[in-house]
Amino acid sequence: MMCTGRVDLEFVLRAFSNGMDGVFIVGCRLNECNYVTQGNYHALNMALLSRRLLEHIGLNPVRLSIDFMSAGEGIRFAEVNNDFVKKVKELGPLGEGEGIDKEELKTKLAGIRKLVPYIKLEKNDKLGVPLRNREEYDSYFTLEEIDSLVRDAVSYYIIPDKCQACMICARRCPAQSIISGKNQIHVIEQEKCIRCGTCLEVCPARFNAVTKLSGEPVPPPIPEERRTLVRKA
Amino acid sequence: MLPNGINDDNNPVGAVMVVGGGISGMQASLDLASSGIKVYLVESSPALGGKMVQLDKTFPTNDCATCIVSPKLVDVARNPNIKLMTYSEVLSVSGSAGDFHVKIKQKTRYVDMDKCTGCGECARVCVWRGRVSSEFDAGMGKRGAAYIPFAQSVPLVATIDPNSCLLFTRGKGRCAAPCSKNCGPKAIDFEMQDSEIEIDVGAVIAAPGYELYDATLSEELGYGRYPNVLTSIQFERLLSASGPTRGKVLRPSDQEEPHKIAFLQCVGSRDQKHNYCSSVCCMYSTKEAMLAKEHAPGTDISVFMMDIRAFGKGFDAYYERAKNEHGIKYIRCRPSSLKEIPSSKSLLIRYESEDGRILEEEYDMVVLAVGMEPAKRVGELAERLGIKLSAEGFCKTDEFAPLDTSRPGIFACGPFVEPMDIPDSVMTGSGAAAQALALVSRSRDTLVSEKEYPPEIDTSGEEPRIGVFVCHCGTNIAGVVDVKSVAEYASQLPGVVRAETTIYACAQDNIQTLKLKMKEFGLNRLVIAACSPRTHEPLFSDTIREVGINPFMFEMANIRDQCSWVHSKEPDKATDKSKDLVRMAVARSRLLEPLYKTKLGVNSKAVVIGGGVAGMTAALSLADQGFGVFLVEREPQLGGNLHKLRYSVSGEDYRPFVDSLVERVMSNPLIDVITQATVTALTGFLGNYKMTIVEPGGQRVIEHGAVVVATGGREYRGEEYLYGQDSHVLTQLELEQKIADSPGEIAKVKNVVMIQCVGPAAKSGGYCSRVCCTTSLKNAIRIKEMNPDANVYVIAKDIRTYGFKEQVYTEARSKGVIFLRYEEGHEPKVERVDGRLRITANDHVLHEPVTLDADLLVLTTGIVPSEGNDILAPALKVPLTKEGFFLEAHIKLRPVDFASEGIFVCGLAHYPKFIGESIAQALAAAARAATVLSRPQLEVGGSVAVVEQRKCAGCLTCVRVCPYKIPKINANGVAEIEVAECHGCGTCVAECPAKAIQLMHYRDGQVTAKAEALFAEVI
Repeated sequence: MMCTGRVDLEFVLRAFSNGMDGVFIVGCRLNECNYVTQGNYHALNMALLSRRLLEHIGLNPVRLSIDFMSAGEGIRFAEVNNDFVKKVKELGPLGEGEGIDKEELKTKLAGIRKLVPYIKLEKNDKLGVPLRNREEYDSYFTLEEIDSLVRDAVSYYIIPDKCQACMICARRCPAQSIISGKNQIHVIEQEKCIRCGTCLEVCPARFNAVTKLSGEPVPPPIPEERRTLVRKA
Repeated sequence: MLPNGINDDNNPVGAVMVVGGGISGMQASLDLASSGIKVYLVESSPALGGKMVQLDKTFPTNDCATCIVSPKLVDVARNPNIKLMTYSEVLSVSGSAGDFHVKIKQKTRYVDMDKCTGCGECARVCVWRGRVSSEFDAGMGKRGAAYIPFAQSVPLVATIDPNSCLLFTRGKGRCAAPCSKNCGPKAIDFEMQDSEIEIDVGAVIAAPGYELYDATLSEELGYGRYPNVLTSIQFERLLSASGPTRGKVLRPSDQEEPHKIAFLQCVGSRDQKHNYCSSVCCMYSTKEAMLAKEHAPGTDISVFMMDIRAFGKGFDAYYERAKNEHGIKYIRCRPSSLKEIPSSKSLLIRYESEDGRILEEEYDMVVLAVGMEPAKRVGELAERLGIKLSAEGFCKTDEFAPLDTSRPGIFACGPFVEPMDIPDSVMTGSGAAAQALALVSRSRDTLVSEKEYPPEIDTSGEEPRIGVFVCHCGTNIAGVVDVKSVAEYASQLPGVVRAETTIYACAQDNIQTLKLKMKEFGLNRLVIAACSPRTHEPLFSDTIREVGINPFMFEMANIRDQCSWVHSKEPDKATDKSKDLVRMAVARSRLLEPLYKTKLGVNSKAVVIGGGVAGMTAALSLADQGFGVFLVEREPQLGGNLHKLRYSVSGEDYRPFVDSLVERVMSNPLIDVITQATVTALTGFLGNYKMTIVEPGGQRVIEHGAVVVATGGREYRGEEYLYGQDSHVLTQLELEQKIADSPGEIAKVKNVVMIQCVGPAAKSGGYCSRVCCTTSLKNAIRIKEMNPDANVYVIAKDIRTYGFKEQVYTEARSKGVIFLRYEEGHEPKVERVDGRLRITANDHVLHEPVTLDADLLVLTTGIVPSEGNDILAPALKVPLTKEGFFLEAHIKLRPVDFASEGIFVCGLAHYPKFIGESIAQALAAAARAATVLSRPQLEVGGSVAVVEQRKCAGCLTCVRVCPYKIPKINANGVAEIEVAECHGCGTCVAECPAKAIQLMHYRDGQVTAKAEALFAEVI
C-alpha cells in the first residue's frame, strides 16, 4: 500500500480471525514522511488500540507489533522481524497460548469485528493525534477504556409502537441495515448496523421512534407477521 | 523587446541546456520540461545526483537523502522532454540569447547505453573489482574498472574507466575481458570512441556545483597521513547504510568503533585562502555528530568551531537539540595542533579552552569539516560558456539579478553562485529555470513531444488473462532463484494464461517481445517478477498501455531485492519465496480494475499575494513568461520593506532598484495590480482556483490557476533595552535610515554599541533571522567610514556572516569594529546613568565584565512574520511554522511549494532572507507556478479515494483525518472528495467507519488478496 495510514483496523482483526498468530505492521520512520501525510501516526494509534482490543478478549497484545524503519535499514528489518516471529512462536498458536477455547475465540473476534465502525467513530478524535512521545504509547488507550467502550457499546432500536413506516431512516441508513416497506414497521438488522446513529437523527421528532441503547441487549425484532402498521383513525 | 534587454524578432529556440546534473540542475531541468521546454541535461560524471546522493541524511530533519533524491532521479530519467547527456562536457557555446549553438563532447563509456540493462555483471567479474577507489564512497570503498557508480544510478548503466582498465593501461590482450564475455546483452565495446554532438538552445543554465576542499593541503591536520583523520564526506559514507561499512562507524586503522570523536570546523573555509564561509559545514557536522550518537549513544563528541552558523530555517532548533538532547559539546576554538599517537593511531588535539586554559585531549577519530570550493574545471567551463567568475572563483552575479551571469541568456544556480545548502540549491535551480523560461517561453511546446498511444481495449467483463514474466536479470536473480520453476509454478495459478522467463525484462528488445506476447495471448493483465517497482513500474505500465491495455492492470513482484539479494546464500528458500511473491502478485492482479484519468482545463492566470520585492519579482517573471497576474497588495502602494531600506552591503542605493521594479510592474499590461486589498477565501483546486478578495470598493472573486504567497515580514520592535524610552536606542533599520538621511548626525557619534539577537525570536528555542549579523556589520562599517575615530562595539552570540558575507565580517574587523561575545542567559545589561546609556557586557578575551558608555545603542532585533499570516494561512488552507512563517511542503526538496498543489511561497513569508535570496526564491515560485499555468490541461484521478455516497453517514471522520483537508460534506450531508485534489494516501479509507470510501487501485479486496494468497495454504 502507499502508506501505513491505509492499514484498516478491520484488516488487523480479519487477520486474527483468519487464524494468524501474529500481525506485524511496518511503516516509514516517524516524522520522516516524504509528503505531509504522516499516516504512520494513524497506523501507530490504530495498532495501540488494536492491542487493547486483543487484551480485552484475552489475547496477548504482543501478537500485534508495529515498527518504523527506512528502506535503508534492511538488517534492522530482518532483526525486528525475526525477533517478532520468535516471540509469537513462544506464545504458541492463537488462543491456545492464552488458554481460550477455539469456538469462544471465534465468537469473541466476530463480536469485536462487528464493533469496528463503532470503535472508529467513538475513537476517531484520538486516532488522529500524533503521539510524539514514546512514553505515551502504553497509556494512550487503557484497558479500562476499551473494556467500557465495548461494554457500553451502543445499539439502535426502532420502537415498533412508535414507528410510522415513513421510510426516512431506511433511505438514509448508510449501511442499508433497515428492513422497511410501505406500511411495514421498520426493523434494524443488528448484524449489519454500523451504529452511526443516522436513524436516530433523521427519525421525525413527532414520531421519536428510534432509541439508543447503551450496553443493554437489544430487544428481539418484532415478528414479521406483526409488522403491518395499523394506523389509528 | 524580450526581458533581459534582448531584442529579437525571431522566435527563440524552445530548448534549454542545463550544465550539471546535481540537485540544482535536476530541479531546473524538471521545471523547464514541465513547462513545455525541451531540456538537454549535460553532466560530466557517469551518473546524475551530484553530491546529494552521497549523503546519508540531510539536516535539519535527518531525512534519508537517498529516499528523497531517488524519486527526483527517476523523474528526470523518465521525463520524455529531458535529454540526458551524462559523461559529457560542453566544448563551446556560440550565438546569443534565444539562439545558442552548443558543441558537446560525449565521452565513451565503452558500453552501449541502449543495450546495457544495468545488471552489474561486468562490475562483478571485473579483475579490478574492489581495487579502484570509489568516487561515490569518497575513497572509503572500492569499485572495479567496470562499475556502476551506485545502486540508484541514473542512468543505470555501467561505465568502463580507462584509467584503471587493464586493456587501456597495459594494452590489448592484457586482460581476458571477462566483463565483455559475461555481458548478456553484449553491450561492451572497447572500440567505442568519444563523440561530438551539436545542439541549438535558447538559453543555458550553469549548475556545475562545487568540490570539497582537498584536506591534504592543510598538512597540519594530518589528513592522508593519519588514517583516523577523515573528511566529513568520508564520515558521511561510514554513516550510510549503503556505504562501505554498511552504516557502521569504524576507525580505518583498526576497524574498531571510536568512542571519542572530534569535528574540526572551517577546514578550507574562513581562512587566508578562502575569504568566505561554506555555509553548510556547521549544520552538516551537527547532523553527522547527532547520527554518530544515534549509532552509538555512548560516543563522546566535540565540535571545534569559531561561530555556529545556524542561520537557516529550523537550524537553531537543530543545534539546540544536538547540544541539549544529544550532549554534543561545542568548543569555541581552532585547535593549535593535532598529532597522531603512534601506538594507538588516536589523535591528540591541543587547544585553548574558553576560560583560557591550554588543554590536550585524545580522540579516536577526527572529522574535518571540509568547505566548498568552485569545481576545479569551472574556470574552463566559464571560458567555454563565455561567462565571468568572481574573485573567489564562483559565478559572477549581481545582488539584484542573483541568477544572471555576465552573458545574457546564460543563468546560474546552486553552489556555483555561492556556497549554499540543498534547499537553496533547489530554489535557485527553479529560479534559473524561471529566467530561462522568460527568455524562451514564446517557443514553449515547439520542441517537446507527447507520446501517442493506440486506443484502449475495453477488457471489462473479460475473465482475467494474466501474463507472468519472470526476469533473470542476467544472473542477478537467476544466479540464486530457479526462475524456470517460478515460471512453471506461475503457469498453474488461476487466471494465468502465459508464464515464461526473460533474460532482461526491461531491455528494449524484450519489451518488444513482451508486447507481442500480450497481443498473441490476448493478455489483459501483466505481472512482472523482477526488480523494484520504484524504478521499473512506470516502464512496464507504460508498455501495456502501448498495446492498448489500461496501465493500471499491471503488478510487480520484487524477487530481486526481496529474494535473490537478501537470501543469496539460500537458493531454495529464495525460490520458494519468489513463488510466494508471484502468487500474491497474481492474486492481486486478478482483482485489478482499469482506472482512467480525467483531463481538466487550466486557468493560466496567477494571483501573487504581496507587493514587496518577492511578490513583484514573481509577478514580473510570470508576466515575462506570458501569464496574466493579479498582484494583490494590502498597502496603498507597492514596494514593501524596500521603502525602508537604504543601501545594500556593497553600498548600492536601493531606491533606483525599487523605483524601476515598481515602474515595470505598473506598466506591464499582463499585471493587474490590486492595492489595499486582502484575501479572505480560496476555493477550488490546482489550475482552477477562485479567490475572494476585499478591497475598498467591495468584494470580488478572481478566477486563476495558481497562487504565490509573498506576504513578507517585518523588523521586530519591542521594549527591550530601553527601546521606546530613550531616543538614543534604535533598531538597525532606524540606524540605516539615519545614516542615509542624516549623515551629519551620525558622523558626530563617538561610541556606538550594537547588541545582536534582541527580541523573543532569537532566544533559546527561537530562530535566527539570517540577515541581521551582516546588516549590523554593514551599518558598523558605514559608521567607521564616516568617522574612523568612532568606537563601534558589536556584542553577539555568534557572527553568522555565511557565504561571501564573511567578507563583511573581515572588513568590519579590519576597520576596527570591536566584537564582544555573550552567552545565552548572560545577556548584556543596559542602564541609564547620568543621562547616558551604560552597557555592561562580558569580555570573552579578558574574561571579565566591561562597561561601555554609548551615545547610540543599536538593537539588532531580527525579522518576524508579517501580521495577518494567521488569517491568510487558514484561508488558503496552508500551514504555518510555530514562529508564524509559512511552512513549505518539504524543507529540503520542495522549498517553494506547499503540500496543496498550485500554491507557492517566497520571500520573507517563508523565512528571513536577503534581497538577493528573496529575488531568487520569487523566481523559483514563478517557475513552479509556470509548471501549472503552462499546461493546457491537467490529468487528475487514478489511484484516489472515492466516496460511495449511499454508504456515507456524514460522520466527518474523513474531513478530520485527511492530511490535505480535501473531503467536504456536501449539501446532501455526505462526504465528497475532489478527484483533482486527492493524493491517494488512503488514510480516510482506513478510518471511515462506514467503509464508504475506497482507494482506487488499493481497494480492501485488492489489499487483502495479497495477504490471503500468502497464507493460502494456512487459512
